[in-house]
Amino acid sequence: MSNVHVTTTINGDETEYVCRPDESLLDVLRDRLGISGSKEGCGTGDCGACSVTLDGRLVCACLVMGAEVAGHKIETIEGMADGEDLHPLQQKFLEHAALQCGICTPGFLIAAKSLLERNLDPTETEVRYWLAGNLCRCTGYDKIVRAVLDTAKDMRKAARKTSAKKSAKKGARHAA
Amino acid sequence: MLTVRLGGSLVSRAGGRTEFQLEGRNIMEMLRHLGQICPELQPMIEKNVVSVAVDGQIYRDALLHPLDPGNEIILLPRMAGG
Amino acid sequence: MPLDAKTSKDKKTFKSVGTSPIRPDGLDKVTGRARFGADMSAPGMLVGRILRSPHAHAKIKSIDTSKAEALPGVKAVITSADLPKHKGADEDILINIMARDRALYDGHAVAAVAAIDPAVARKALKLIKIDYEVLPHVTDVDLAMLPDAPLVHPGRYDGAAENEHLASGLQEKGKAKSKRKSTNIVSRYDFGHGDVKKGFKQADVIVEHEFTTEATHQGYIEPHACLANVSSDGSGELWVCTQGHFMVRDVCAALLGMDVSRLRVTPSEIGGGFGGKTTVFIEPVALALSRKAGRPVKVVMSREEVFRASGPTASSSIKVRLGARKDGRFVAAEAVLKYQGGAFPGSPVEMGAMTAFACYDLPNVKIVGYDVVTNRPKQAAYRAPGAPMSAFAVEGCVGELAEKLGMDPIDLRKKNAAVEGTKSSYGPTFGPIGLVETLDAAKKHKNYKVKLGKNQGRGVASGFWFNFAGNTCVNINLNVDGTLALAVGTPDIGGSRASMCLMAAEELGIPYDDVRAIIADTSSLGYNDVTDGSRVTFASGLATINAARDCAAKLCERAAKIWGIPADAVKWENGAAHPAGSNAGNFPPLSIKELAAQAHSTGGPIAGHYEVNADGAGPSFATHVVDVEVDPETGYMKVLRYLVVQDAGKAVHPAYVEGQFQGGAVQGIGWVLNEEYIYGEDGRLQNPGFLDYRIPVCSDVPMIDTVIVEVPNPGHPYGVRGVGETSIVPPLAAVANAVSAAMGVRATTLPMSPPRVLAALKSKST
Repeated sequence: MSNVHVTTTINGDETEYVCRPDESLLDVLRDRLGISGSKEGCGTGDCGACSVTLDGRLVCACLVMGAEVAGHKIETIEGMADGEDLHPLQQKFLEHAALQCGICTPGFLIAAKSLLERNLDPTETEVRYWLAGNLCRCTGYDKIVRAVLDTAKDMRKAARKTSAKKSAKKGARHAA
Repeated sequence: MLTVRLGGSLVSRAGGRTEFQLEGRNIMEMLRHLGQICPELQPMIEKNVVSVAVDGQIYRDALLHPLDPGNEIILLPRMAGG
Repeated sequence: MPLDAKTSKDKKTFKSVGTSPIRPDGLDKVTGRARFGADMSAPGMLVGRILRSPHAHAKIKSIDTSKAEALPGVKAVITSADLPKHKGADEDILINIMARDRALYDGHAVAAVAAIDPAVARKALKLIKIDYEVLPHVTDVDLAMLPDAPLVHPGRYDGAAENEHLASGLQEKGKAKSKRKSTNIVSRYDFGHGDVKKGFKQADVIVEHEFTTEATHQGYIEPHACLANVSSDGSGELWVCTQGHFMVRDVCAALLGMDVSRLRVTPSEIGGGFGGKTTVFIEPVALALSRKAGRPVKVVMSREEVFRASGPTASSSIKVRLGARKDGRFVAAEAVLKYQGGAFPGSPVEMGAMTAFACYDLPNVKIVGYDVVTNRPKQAAYRAPGAPMSAFAVEGCVGELAEKLGMDPIDLRKKNAAVEGTKSSYGPTFGPIGLVETLDAAKKHKNYKVKLGKNQGRGVASGFWFNFAGNTCVNINLNVDGTLALAVGTPDIGGSRASMCLMAAEELGIPYDDVRAIIADTSSLGYNDVTDGSRVTFASGLATINAARDCAAKLCERAAKIWGIPADAVKWENGAAHPAGSNAGNFPPLSIKELAAQAHSTGGPIAGHYEVNADGAGPSFATHVVDVEVDPETGYMKVLRYLVVQDAGKAVHPAYVEGQFQGGAVQGIGWVLNEEYIYGEDGRLQNPGFLDYRIPVCSDVPMIDTVIVEVPNPGHPYGVRGVGETSIVPPLAAVANAVSAAMGVRATTLPMSPPRVLAALKSKST
């Protein structure tokens, strides 16, 4: 089997690598590129510890081939914070003690971010079902769910402020 | 004299005996005496697979912990957690 | 009102302890920077892979590795022949990590390779030819105890324990005394006091049931992983996810014939353990491969390997008899416990026996336990090893007694609860304990007052765990800016670094953020026992407090030198040295930052140190209350609400104490709902993956409500008790009692998966 040359975008950076055709995206990230924040808990798509987004869609990196992401956009846990500024979910996970060992945390954060991008006002049940593909053995999920709900609440508040400002600006411009 | 009671697998090893009167100023001396009068228990004592509960407190390695006749002393198999 | 008002007058007041700040390792863990077992690499690193037996029991007639060795890219192949023929205490471990003459379970390691990449390693495993002679096997505990069962270790166990078992009259009637000289019953354990025969005669009501539980796995999300690097001079380094790197160092050095001082083990961040990472599996194999190849070797288990070949917990078969008077007072209790712990001795039956009735003050109690070997992987510790199963059986009977007597289940437990001064069922007399406080708090909680609907049931259960302490060694180094570097030797599996920082900050009167804790490697600290037995916050905490006191004493000495007064005329308060009284002189206080800044010119660096074989870890009790709803059409069981009430002694970091309560409860819920090792007729594990071995997911459980009770432990300066393990003791029983109430028939088999719920409902209607 000859290796495949791939050009893709990872966390906004254009990235090139060669991989075997049977190699998973997770192995490429971890073993070829040293982007090891995504974890392998099962290798069969059951635990969600390797959750990443592929063109905005939540996937298990262990179920995606390294060769099939050419030309696509991948986001991993390493791209979640904006420089030194944590994503609100990362901050809330810390404040709510929503992690114990931390091995599942990158996957939960990516999955939760993906939920909030679609639904900024999820119910507890919606959070629980969205995150049902991510296993955590330490926390019993309680503090994770609370952290996600609390983040959503803050982000809604922030969104309202922004839109209020925008409409105020619009209004001001209109008056002028 | 110390009154020492046995529990767990030590009972069947000691041929069903559950209580001993033993000499010793600390756990090490008490175990040494026990090994002499009950040789069946000597291997467990040597392998350090016993715990000693003194007045409700469990000691796993503290051979030099002092003992006196007023203590409630119970010899148990060594325990470990998860 | 404080829940533990009777002792609150003795309580210390705290500044840092009892708050829940962000943990020091938190940022790395939410950004993907934290390095776990599989996240390390080394120049020239090889990939190690292990070949495993497909048979439950087989003689290994020959192993031919020549083709694998000849494959380009393969740098080392090992079998048991490459490991020392070790005798003695560690021999079982040595045979468990690499089979010698027989494969003893499905998944048992038989050979290993190191190769330049995973593809070559996989190919090499396929080229290893093993000639097996398949032998009869047994995986069930009750079947393994039958006189004609296949023997796991012919000739090893002499039948004494089996004959005692047969002679005890506790087994099914009609079985003749065994004439065999060999058996699968390893040993027998006896506990209790009083006269149970007499006791049962006084009983107005007696309940009796036989219970079974299936083996479950700790289910940590991070598979075992390590990176070994052995040099040609015999010195080695090991990076590994483990609950105890000092244990790993000592065991690996002993198994491989290395000097302890030449093996340096560095613990990675650990992605869960729950007891499953308190022993070695792949670590000696990786070291042996590296030694042979002369290059670094990384070995990472697949999830399938974790299930087949790490250490799940025991399955059990338990019989309980419990007698009470009409007023609810227990008069006699009896239990026979049979646990299989896989292919080697050491199932946790003994601790199951000791904890079974520990919640109760019993005049007459008798407990017998049997440790049984089968053709399954050697069990490892799993959170309060042995206790959840026996609690399931005993608390099931307590629940049924409450129904028969028409008593509230919490009142019945309170009437019989162990208190300070109670002679425990396993021997020792209890000191100050908090069981009654947990029962009172559970009864007062809003969850206990919710009205239940159709097909719903409520379950209550209490549980006990000893908590351990052990060898602990801690260093504190004062940095030039007045911050502290705290080095502990117990891997942090649930936020313990935050607790250590809180305790050091408390003791020295400085801000939490000025203390940074790390887990130091084996060359940097004296021996530390494994992170197990709920011991870390207690024992490493106790050592941290004393190391901080040592540090404070040295800071006082330094201030005394600067002021030119005797050291005992200086006291440490609120983060600064002060003259102890007006006689000592009138000096403005010297803060820790000021002393640190001039340390190098006033006598050199300042450090605190403490080492101890700690004891005095106070036991912890819990009471859980759960409501479930059963769907009579499908057998699906929904957990509606769940309450954990547990005595923490003193909660150092309350958010992480709650986390331990919640995590333990949900693991226990999984044990009831779905989790089980399923073996086929062929002795092979049929569900070695998270799809078929189903641990609870987020949508399976509700919020887990918690109440932290604080009855201080006199053995710790701040009153701390371990909290990690007790939380998994009651849930099996609590959920089983709830589903029994919902179904109207007693659940005696775990897991109560939907087919079993349907079968139970059917048995009721016929």
